[in-house]
Amino acid sequence: MDTPGPGVPVVRCLKESPNFNGNMIGLAYDALEPGILDDHLLRGAYLLPYPSMGSRSLLERIRFIHQQEHLNAIVPTLDAEILNFIQIQDQLLELDIHLTLPTEASLNRRAKVNLVKFAEAEGLKTPKTWLITDPHQINLPEKEFPIFVKGIFYEAYLAYSMDDVFRYVHKIALKWGYPVLLQEYIEGEEFNATTVGQKGHAVDIVCMKKLVLTDKGKGWACVTIKNDDLIALTQKIVAALRWHGPIEVEVMLSKKDNQFYIIELNPRFPAWIYLAKSAGMNLPFISLLLAMGEKVTQQSAYQTGIVFSNYTTNLITDLTRIQTLFTTGEIHYEKNL
Amino acid sequence: MPPNVSRLKDLAISETGLIFDPGTGSIFTSNATGVAILMAMKEGKNTEQLIASLLNTFEVNENTAELDVQDFLNQLSSAGFAQS
Repeated sequence: MDTPGPGVPVVRCLKESPNFNGNMIGLAYDALEPGILDDHLLRGAYLLPYPSMGSRSLLERIRFIHQQEHLNAIVPTLDAEILNFIQIQDQLLELDIHLTLPTEASLNRRAKVNLVKFAEAEGLKTPKTWLITDPHQINLPEKEFPIFVKGIFYEAYLAYSMDDVFRYVHKIALKWGYPVLLQEYIEGEEFNATTVGQKGHAVDIVCMKKLVLTDKGKGWACVTIKNDDLIALTQKIVAALRWHGPIEVEVMLSKKDNQFYIIELNPRFPAWIYLAKSAGMNLPFISLLLAMGEKVTQQSAYQTGIVFSNYTTNLITDLTRIQTLFTTGEIHYEKNL
Repeated sequence: MPPNVSRLKDLAISETGLIFDPGTGSIFTSNATGVAILMAMKEGKNTEQLIASLLNTFEVNENTAELDVQDFLNQLSSAGFAQS
Protein backbone atom coordinates (compact mmCIF):
# COMPACT_ATOMS: atom_id res chain seq x y z
CA MET A 1 0.00 0.00 0.00
CA ASP A 2 1.21 3.50 -0.78
CA THR A 3 -0.27 6.88 -1.64
CA PRO A 4 -3.73 6.54 -3.18
CA GLY A 5 -4.22 6.79 -6.93
CA PRO A 6 -5.61 9.81 -8.78
CA GLY A 7 -9.20 8.54 -9.16
CA VAL A 8 -10.59 9.88 -5.89
CA PRO A 9 -8.81 13.28 -6.13
CA VAL A 10 -10.16 13.72 -9.69
CA VAL A 11 -13.69 13.01 -8.42
CA ARG A 12 -13.22 15.53 -5.61
CA CYS A 13 -11.98 18.20 -8.04
CA LEU A 14 -15.00 17.73 -10.32
CA LYS A 15 -17.53 17.60 -7.49
CA GLU A 16 -16.17 20.80 -5.99
CA SER A 17 -16.29 22.79 -9.20
CA PRO A 18 -19.12 25.33 -8.90
CA ASN A 19 -19.84 24.78 -12.60
CA PHE A 20 -20.19 21.02 -12.42
CA ASN A 21 -23.70 19.73 -11.98
CA GLY A 22 -23.47 16.09 -13.04
CA ASN A 23 -23.36 12.80 -11.22
CA MET A 24 -20.31 10.67 -10.80
CA ILE A 25 -19.95 6.92 -11.30
CA GLY A 26 -16.77 5.12 -10.25
CA LEU A 27 -15.11 2.68 -12.64
CA ALA A 28 -12.65 0.31 -10.98
CA TYR A 29 -10.90 -2.99 -11.50
CA ASP A 30 -11.24 -4.44 -8.01
CA ALA A 31 -14.14 -4.57 -5.56
CA LEU A 32 -11.76 -3.65 -2.74
CA GLU A 33 -10.58 -0.37 -4.25
CA PRO A 34 -11.59 1.97 -1.45
CA GLY A 35 -12.81 4.93 -3.54
CA ILE A 36 -15.74 3.00 -4.99
CA LEU A 37 -16.95 2.08 -1.49
CA ASP A 38 -17.36 5.73 -0.50
CA ASP A 39 -21.05 6.58 -0.89
CA HIS A 40 -20.40 10.27 -0.18
CA LEU A 41 -18.21 10.47 -3.24
CA LEU A 42 -20.06 8.55 -5.91
CA ARG A 43 -23.57 7.73 -7.03
CA GLY A 44 -22.48 4.21 -7.78
CA ALA A 45 -19.67 2.14 -9.22
CA TYR A 46 -18.98 -0.55 -11.80
CA LEU A 47 -16.13 -2.99 -12.14
CA LEU A 48 -14.27 -3.07 -15.45
CA PRO A 49 -12.43 -5.99 -17.05
CA TYR A 50 -8.68 -5.79 -16.33
CA PRO A 51 -6.75 -3.73 -18.91
CA SER A 52 -4.90 -6.89 -20.04
CA MET A 53 -8.21 -8.21 -21.41
CA GLY A 54 -8.04 -5.58 -24.13
CA SER A 55 -10.15 -2.83 -25.61
CA ARG A 56 -12.94 -5.06 -26.97
CA SER A 57 -13.87 -6.29 -23.46
CA LEU A 58 -13.69 -2.71 -22.21
CA LEU A 59 -16.00 -1.46 -24.96
CA GLU A 60 -18.51 -4.21 -24.26
CA ARG A 61 -18.53 -3.33 -20.57
CA ILE A 62 -18.83 0.42 -21.18
CA ARG A 63 -21.75 -0.20 -23.56
CA PHE A 64 -23.51 -2.08 -20.77
CA ILE A 65 -22.79 0.65 -18.19
CA HIS A 66 -23.93 3.31 -20.65
CA GLN A 67 -27.30 1.57 -21.05
CA GLN A 68 -27.80 1.92 -17.29
CA GLU A 69 -26.25 5.29 -16.65
CA HIS A 70 -26.24 7.33 -19.89
CA LEU A 71 -22.63 8.38 -19.52
CA ASN A 72 -21.51 11.74 -20.93
CA ALA A 73 -17.78 11.56 -20.27
CA ILE A 74 -15.07 9.32 -18.85
CA VAL A 75 -11.83 10.51 -17.23
CA PRO A 76 -9.32 7.61 -17.25
CA THR A 77 -6.80 7.82 -14.41
CA LEU A 78 -4.81 4.61 -14.72
CA ASP A 79 -1.73 4.36 -16.99
CA ALA A 80 -2.52 0.81 -18.09
CA GLU A 81 -6.07 1.65 -19.23
CA ILE A 82 -5.24 4.68 -21.42
CA LEU A 83 -4.36 2.68 -24.56
CA ASN A 84 -7.60 0.68 -24.38
CA PHE A 85 -9.62 3.88 -24.09
CA ILE A 86 -7.76 5.43 -27.04
CA GLN A 87 -8.56 2.36 -29.14
CA ILE A 88 -12.30 2.58 -28.42
CA GLN A 89 -12.55 6.36 -28.39
CA ASP A 90 -14.36 6.56 -31.75
CA GLN A 91 -16.95 3.95 -30.76
CA LEU A 92 -17.49 5.77 -27.46
CA LEU A 93 -17.99 9.03 -29.31
CA GLU A 94 -20.70 7.36 -31.40
CA LEU A 95 -22.40 6.60 -28.09
CA ASP A 96 -21.97 10.30 -27.17
CA ILE A 97 -19.39 9.46 -24.49
CA HIS A 98 -16.56 12.01 -24.51
CA LEU A 99 -12.93 11.74 -23.41
CA THR A 100 -9.82 13.91 -23.53
CA LEU A 101 -7.10 11.57 -24.72
CA PRO A 102 -3.80 11.74 -26.62
CA THR A 103 -3.25 9.84 -29.86
CA GLU A 104 -1.72 6.38 -29.66
CA ALA A 105 1.46 7.76 -31.27
CA SER A 106 1.78 10.49 -28.59
CA LEU A 107 1.13 7.95 -25.84
CA ASN A 108 3.84 5.62 -27.15
CA ARG A 109 6.37 8.39 -27.67
CA ARG A 110 6.39 9.27 -23.95
CA ALA A 111 6.32 5.67 -22.73
CA LYS A 112 9.09 4.74 -20.32
CA VAL A 113 10.73 2.51 -22.92
CA ASN A 114 10.83 5.36 -25.46
CA LEU A 115 11.63 8.24 -23.11
CA VAL A 116 15.36 8.42 -23.90
CA LYS A 117 14.66 8.48 -27.65
CA PHE A 118 12.03 11.19 -27.20
CA ALA A 119 14.28 13.32 -25.01
CA GLU A 120 17.25 13.01 -27.39
CA ALA A 121 15.12 13.98 -30.38
CA GLU A 122 13.82 17.06 -28.57
CA GLY A 123 17.11 18.11 -26.97
CA LEU A 124 15.85 17.36 -23.46
CA LYS A 125 17.64 15.62 -20.62
CA THR A 126 16.63 12.27 -19.15
CA PRO A 127 18.61 9.72 -17.13
CA LYS A 128 20.47 6.94 -18.92
CA THR A 129 18.16 3.94 -19.22
CA TRP A 130 18.72 0.26 -19.98
CA LEU A 131 15.91 -1.99 -21.14
CA ILE A 132 16.02 -5.47 -19.66
CA THR A 133 14.18 -8.27 -21.43
CA ASP A 134 16.34 -11.07 -20.02
CA PRO A 135 18.01 -10.88 -16.56
CA HIS A 136 21.14 -12.55 -17.99
CA GLN A 137 21.75 -9.40 -20.05
CA ILE A 138 22.39 -7.32 -16.95
CA ASN A 139 25.98 -6.23 -16.69
CA LEU A 140 26.49 -2.94 -14.93
CA PRO A 141 29.77 -1.32 -14.02
CA GLU A 142 30.19 -0.40 -10.35
CA LYS A 143 30.06 3.35 -11.14
CA GLU A 144 26.38 3.11 -12.19
CA PHE A 145 25.19 2.37 -8.63
CA PRO A 146 22.82 3.23 -7.07
CA ILE A 147 20.35 2.66 -9.90
CA PHE A 148 16.57 2.57 -10.20
CA VAL A 149 14.84 -0.65 -11.24
CA LYS A 150 11.43 0.17 -12.73
CA GLY A 151 8.43 -1.68 -14.07
CA ILE A 152 6.97 -0.73 -17.41
CA PHE A 153 3.88 0.80 -15.77
CA TYR A 154 4.38 0.72 -12.00
CA GLU A 155 6.90 0.23 -9.19
CA ALA A 156 10.42 1.48 -8.77
CA TYR A 157 13.18 0.42 -6.40
CA LEU A 158 16.60 1.90 -5.76
CA ALA A 159 19.26 -0.80 -6.07
CA TYR A 160 22.69 -0.44 -4.50
CA SER A 161 24.28 -3.65 -5.80
CA MET A 162 23.94 -6.28 -8.52
CA ASP A 163 22.21 -8.53 -5.98
CA ASP A 164 19.60 -5.81 -5.44
CA VAL A 165 19.21 -5.37 -9.20
CA PHE A 166 18.56 -9.10 -9.78
CA ARG A 167 16.13 -9.26 -6.86
CA TYR A 168 14.11 -6.23 -8.00
CA VAL A 169 14.14 -7.22 -11.68
CA HIS A 170 12.68 -10.62 -10.74
CA LYS A 171 10.18 -9.05 -8.35
CA ILE A 172 8.90 -6.56 -10.95
CA ALA A 173 8.96 -9.04 -13.85
CA LEU A 174 6.89 -11.55 -11.85
CA LYS A 175 4.21 -8.93 -11.31
CA TRP A 176 4.27 -6.87 -14.50
CA GLY A 177 6.37 -8.93 -16.94
CA TYR A 178 9.31 -7.77 -19.10
CA PRO A 179 10.78 -5.41 -20.12
CA VAL A 180 12.07 -4.01 -16.86
CA LEU A 181 13.98 -0.75 -16.93
CA LEU A 182 17.20 0.25 -15.22
CA GLN A 183 17.38 4.02 -14.89
CA GLU A 184 20.33 6.14 -13.82
CA TYR A 185 19.89 7.68 -10.38
CA ILE A 186 19.98 11.47 -10.55
CA GLU A 187 20.91 13.04 -7.24
CA GLY A 188 18.89 16.18 -6.61
CA GLU A 189 15.42 17.41 -5.83
CA GLU A 190 12.23 16.14 -7.40
CA PHE A 191 9.71 18.50 -8.97
CA ASN A 192 6.46 17.70 -10.74
CA ALA A 193 4.15 19.59 -13.03
CA THR A 194 0.73 18.76 -14.38
CA THR A 195 -1.38 20.24 -17.12
CA VAL A 196 -4.04 19.49 -19.70
CA GLY A 197 -2.81 19.50 -23.27
CA GLN A 198 -5.05 20.87 -25.99
CA LYS A 199 -3.60 19.40 -29.18
CA GLY A 200 -0.07 20.39 -28.18
CA HIS A 201 -0.87 23.52 -26.20
CA ALA A 202 -0.59 23.31 -22.40
CA VAL A 203 -3.77 24.98 -21.16
CA ASP A 204 -2.71 25.65 -17.57
CA ILE A 205 0.31 24.31 -15.71
CA VAL A 206 0.68 23.73 -11.98
CA CYS A 207 4.07 22.89 -10.44
CA MET A 208 4.81 21.32 -7.09
CA LYS A 209 7.72 20.12 -5.02
CA LYS A 210 7.57 17.05 -2.81
CA LEU A 211 8.18 17.84 0.84
CA VAL A 212 7.79 14.37 2.33
CA LEU A 213 8.39 11.13 0.41
CA THR A 214 7.11 7.63 1.04
CA ASP A 215 9.63 4.77 0.89
CA LYS A 216 8.58 4.32 -2.75
CA GLY A 217 9.43 7.93 -3.54
CA LYS A 218 5.81 9.08 -3.82
CA GLY A 219 4.89 12.51 -2.51
CA TRP A 220 3.21 12.25 0.88
CA ALA A 221 3.30 16.00 1.41
CA CYS A 222 3.79 18.54 -1.38
CA VAL A 223 3.79 22.31 -1.87
CA THR A 224 2.75 24.33 -4.93
CA ILE A 225 5.55 26.34 -6.52
CA LYS A 226 5.94 28.36 -9.68
CA ASN A 227 9.15 27.51 -11.46
CA ASP A 228 9.54 29.25 -14.83
CA ASP A 229 12.04 26.69 -16.15
CA LEU A 230 9.72 23.78 -15.28
CA ILE A 231 6.75 25.57 -16.86
CA ALA A 232 8.76 26.15 -20.04
CA LEU A 233 9.90 22.51 -20.07
CA THR A 234 6.31 21.29 -19.64
CA GLN A 235 5.12 23.53 -22.48
CA LYS A 236 7.90 22.16 -24.67
CA ILE A 237 7.03 18.53 -23.85
CA VAL A 238 3.30 19.04 -24.51
CA ALA A 239 4.09 20.75 -27.82
CA ALA A 240 6.62 18.11 -28.89
CA LEU A 241 4.18 15.30 -28.16
CA ARG A 242 1.21 17.26 -29.58
CA TRP A 243 -0.35 16.10 -26.35
CA HIS A 244 -4.08 16.15 -25.84
CA GLY A 245 -5.41 15.42 -22.37
CA PRO A 246 -3.99 15.27 -18.85
CA ILE A 247 -0.28 14.71 -18.29
CA GLU A 248 2.13 14.71 -15.35
CA VAL A 249 5.78 15.67 -15.85
CA GLU A 250 8.16 14.23 -13.25
CA VAL A 251 11.67 15.71 -13.18
CA MET A 252 14.77 15.76 -11.02
CA LEU A 253 16.75 18.96 -10.65
CA SER A 254 20.26 17.54 -10.76
CA LYS A 255 22.59 18.60 -7.98
CA LYS A 256 25.48 18.07 -10.38
CA ASP A 257 24.55 20.40 -13.26
CA ASN A 258 21.41 22.19 -11.99
CA GLN A 259 19.45 20.90 -15.02
CA PHE A 260 16.03 19.23 -15.11
CA TYR A 261 16.09 15.53 -16.03
CA ILE A 262 12.78 14.00 -17.13
CA ILE A 263 12.09 10.95 -15.00
CA GLU A 264 8.61 10.04 -16.25
CA LEU A 265 5.79 11.50 -18.32
CA ASN A 266 2.55 10.06 -16.98
CA PRO A 267 -0.46 10.08 -19.33
CA ARG A 268 -3.03 11.02 -16.70
CA PHE A 269 -3.66 13.31 -13.75
CA PRO A 270 -1.35 12.75 -10.79
CA ALA A 271 -2.51 11.62 -7.35
CA TRP A 272 -1.75 15.18 -6.10
CA ILE A 273 -4.21 16.80 -8.54
CA TYR A 274 -6.43 18.00 -5.68
CA LEU A 275 -3.52 20.25 -4.63
CA ALA A 276 -3.66 21.99 -8.03
CA LYS A 277 -7.39 22.54 -7.58
CA SER A 278 -6.86 23.83 -4.04
CA ALA A 279 -4.29 26.29 -5.35
CA GLY A 280 -6.80 27.65 -7.86
CA MET A 281 -6.57 25.50 -10.99
CA ASN A 282 -9.20 22.84 -11.43
CA LEU A 283 -7.52 20.87 -14.20
CA PRO A 284 -9.92 17.87 -14.15
CA PHE A 285 -12.78 20.28 -14.81
CA ILE A 286 -10.84 21.86 -17.68
CA SER A 287 -10.24 18.39 -19.08
CA LEU A 288 -13.94 17.65 -18.84
CA LEU A 289 -14.79 20.89 -20.68
CA LEU A 290 -12.34 19.93 -23.42
CA ALA A 291 -13.87 16.46 -23.66
CA MET A 292 -17.33 17.98 -24.07
CA GLY A 293 -16.03 20.31 -26.78
CA GLU A 294 -16.62 23.42 -24.72
CA LYS A 295 -14.51 26.54 -24.79
CA VAL A 296 -11.61 26.57 -22.38
CA THR A 297 -10.05 29.80 -21.22
CA GLN A 298 -6.80 30.26 -19.37
CA GLN A 299 -7.45 30.39 -15.62
CA SER A 300 -5.99 33.04 -13.38
CA ALA A 301 -2.65 32.32 -11.73
CA TYR A 302 -2.62 29.76 -8.95
CA GLN A 303 -1.35 30.27 -5.43
CA THR A 304 2.11 29.11 -4.48
CA GLY A 305 2.88 27.84 -0.98
CA ILE A 306 -0.28 25.72 -0.77
CA VAL A 307 0.59 22.50 1.03
CA PHE A 308 -1.09 19.14 0.73
CA SER A 309 -0.44 16.28 3.09
CA ASN A 310 -1.93 12.82 2.88
CA TYR A 311 -3.37 11.25 5.95
CA THR A 312 -5.02 7.90 6.24
CA THR A 313 -8.38 7.20 7.76
CA ASN A 314 -10.76 4.25 7.99
CA LEU A 315 -13.63 3.87 5.59
CA ILE A 316 -16.40 1.93 7.29
CA THR A 317 -18.63 -0.06 5.01
CA ASP A 318 -20.74 -3.18 5.01
CA LEU A 319 -19.48 -6.51 3.73
CA THR A 320 -22.61 -6.79 1.61
CA ARG A 321 -21.38 -3.89 -0.53
CA ILE A 322 -18.19 -5.73 -1.37
CA GLN A 323 -20.20 -8.92 -1.98
CA THR A 324 -22.53 -6.99 -4.29
CA LEU A 325 -19.57 -5.66 -6.25
CA PHE A 326 -17.96 -9.10 -6.46
CA THR A 327 -21.11 -10.88 -7.56
CA THR A 328 -22.84 -8.30 -9.76
CA GLY A 329 -19.92 -6.04 -10.69
CA GLU A 330 -21.85 -2.91 -9.76
CA ILE A 331 -23.24 -0.97 -6.81
CA HIS A 332 -25.63 1.97 -6.46
CA TYR A 333 -25.77 4.56 -3.71
CA GLU A 334 -28.51 6.87 -4.97
CA LYS A 335 -30.34 6.97 -1.63
CA ASN A 336 -27.27 8.29 0.13
CA LEU A 337 -26.78 11.35 -2.04
CA MET B 1 28.75 38.08 -5.07
CA PRO B 2 25.71 40.39 -4.75
CA PRO B 3 22.32 38.85 -3.94
CA ASN B 4 19.76 38.25 -6.68
CA VAL B 5 17.24 40.93 -5.72
CA SER B 6 14.57 39.89 -8.23
CA ARG B 7 14.53 36.39 -6.74
CA LEU B 8 14.44 37.80 -3.22
CA LYS B 9 11.39 39.86 -4.16
CA ASP B 10 9.44 36.63 -4.81
CA LEU B 11 10.11 35.25 -1.33
CA ALA B 12 7.17 34.83 1.03
CA ILE B 13 8.36 35.89 4.50
CA SER B 14 6.27 35.37 7.61
CA GLU B 15 6.64 37.43 10.77
CA THR B 16 7.72 34.29 12.60
CA GLY B 17 10.74 33.93 10.31
CA LEU B 18 9.51 31.23 7.92
CA ILE B 19 10.76 31.98 4.40
CA PHE B 20 9.29 30.21 1.36
CA ASP B 21 10.83 30.38 -2.10
CA PRO B 22 7.92 29.87 -4.52
CA GLY B 23 10.29 29.15 -7.41
CA THR B 24 12.03 26.17 -5.85
CA GLY B 25 9.78 25.19 -2.94
CA SER B 26 12.70 25.64 -0.54
CA ILE B 27 11.81 26.59 3.01
CA PHE B 28 14.16 28.46 5.33
CA THR B 29 13.89 29.85 8.82
CA SER B 30 15.44 33.04 10.10
CA ASN B 31 15.60 35.09 13.28
CA ALA B 32 14.16 38.60 13.56
CA THR B 33 17.41 40.21 12.38
CA GLY B 34 17.40 38.12 9.21
CA VAL B 35 13.75 38.91 8.53
CA ALA B 36 14.44 42.64 8.95
CA ILE B 37 17.39 42.47 6.54
CA LEU B 38 15.39 40.48 3.97
CA MET B 39 12.44 42.85 4.13
CA ALA B 40 14.79 45.79 3.58
CA MET B 41 16.48 43.99 0.69
CA LYS B 42 13.11 43.36 -0.95
CA GLU B 43 12.66 47.13 -0.88
CA GLY B 44 15.90 47.39 -2.84
CA LYS B 45 18.10 48.83 -0.08
CA ASN B 46 21.88 48.64 -0.45
CA THR B 47 24.35 47.37 2.17
CA GLU B 48 24.74 50.77 3.89
CA GLN B 49 20.98 51.21 4.03
CA LEU B 50 20.58 47.68 5.43
CA ILE B 51 22.99 48.51 8.25
CA ALA B 52 21.14 51.78 8.91
CA SER B 53 17.86 49.90 8.95
CA LEU B 54 19.17 47.48 11.61
CA LEU B 55 20.46 50.39 13.70
CA ASN B 56 17.00 51.95 13.59
CA THR B 57 15.15 48.74 14.44
CA PHE B 58 17.37 47.03 17.01
CA GLU B 59 19.48 48.18 19.92
CA VAL B 60 22.85 47.36 18.37
CA ASN B 61 26.04 49.23 17.68
CA GLU B 62 27.26 49.90 14.15
CA ASN B 63 29.96 47.23 14.26
CA THR B 64 27.45 44.49 15.21
CA ALA B 65 24.94 45.65 12.59
CA GLU B 66 27.66 45.59 9.93
CA LEU B 67 28.75 42.07 10.93
CA ASP B 68 25.13 40.86 11.00
CA VAL B 69 24.44 42.20 7.50
CA GLN B 70 27.65 40.75 6.06
CA ASP B 71 27.01 37.39 7.71
CA PHE B 72 23.46 37.30 6.41
CA LEU B 73 24.54 38.20 2.87
CA ASN B 74 27.04 35.32 2.97
CA GLN B 75 24.28 32.96 4.13
CA LEU B 76 22.03 34.11 1.30
CA SER B 77 24.83 33.45 -1.15
CA SER B 78 25.38 29.91 0.13
CA ALA B 79 21.60 29.31 0.03
CA GLY B 80 21.72 30.00 -3.71
CA PHE B 81 20.52 33.59 -3.75
CA ALA B 82 23.68 35.05 -5.24
CA GLN B 83 23.37 36.95 -8.49
CA SER B 84 24.38 34.61 -11.32
